[in-house]
Amino acid sequence: MTVRVQREVFDVGRLIASLQANDPGVGAVVNFVGYVRDINQGEAVAGLFLEHYPGMTERSLQKIIDNARGRWPLRAVEIVHRIGPLSISEPIVFVGVSSPHRQAAFEACAFIMDYLKTDAPFWKREDVAGGARWVDARDSDRSAVERWADTSQEAAMQRVPA
Amino acid sequence: MILINYFARYREQLNLGGEKLPLTDSLRTIEDVRRLLMARGELWSQVLGENNLMCALNQELCHPDRVIEDYDEIAFFPPVTGG
Repeated sequence: MTVRVQREVFDVGRLIASLQANDPGVGAVVNFVGYVRDINQGEAVAGLFLEHYPGMTERSLQKIIDNARGRWPLRAVEIVHRIGPLSISEPIVFVGVSSPHRQAAFEACAFIMDYLKTDAPFWKREDVAGGARWVDARDSDRSAVERWADTSQEAAMQRVPA
Repeated sequence: MILINYFARYREQLNLGGEKLPLTDSLRTIEDVRRLLMARGELWSQVLGENNLMCALNQELCHPDRVIEDYDEIAFFPPVTGG
């Protein structure tokens, strides 16, 4: 279970391999990679700067992982999030999970990514034609995370051994 | 003494990354601190008065009604936009 916040680009292939390495109990690996897009809210974007809250960032990501592990039987989790200046098409974030079966891996990866969007202290500043602007949070990110709250009781019931 | 951090747009608008304040008897919660800072003037009142403001106590997201103690680290920031 690793959390990394770094300026350097990451190696997606190596991260995916590490989620399964030396663990014969892994039957499924699911990952998400986020990239810098060239257009946001209809405006051409030349690049991004990512600010974060050192210390709290790592703690909040670790807490999200702990919550995910409480809901699904995960074998490994890797989160890498970049900070500082980023160019178009550069990878920003990697979230990868492994578990015995695919359903848990799919759900846990989406869960972690959804909470990262609403709870982890990162902020994007975009370079556009008129200068730099701070990116506004989206309501859709808030509603994405709410769906997990709705199913928490159901998920807890499912975890009770028959 | 408490430490207060500001991030992203708030840091730029307030032109301040952080500061220390003495913890007086009138400051019981994070909300009390926010009210005190907002009283500094129009800019402070506008930035820290935003209704989607987020706050953290000792590097964990929290509700503004949380009670604070000496040497606590508080942070105010706009909604996060990582990922």
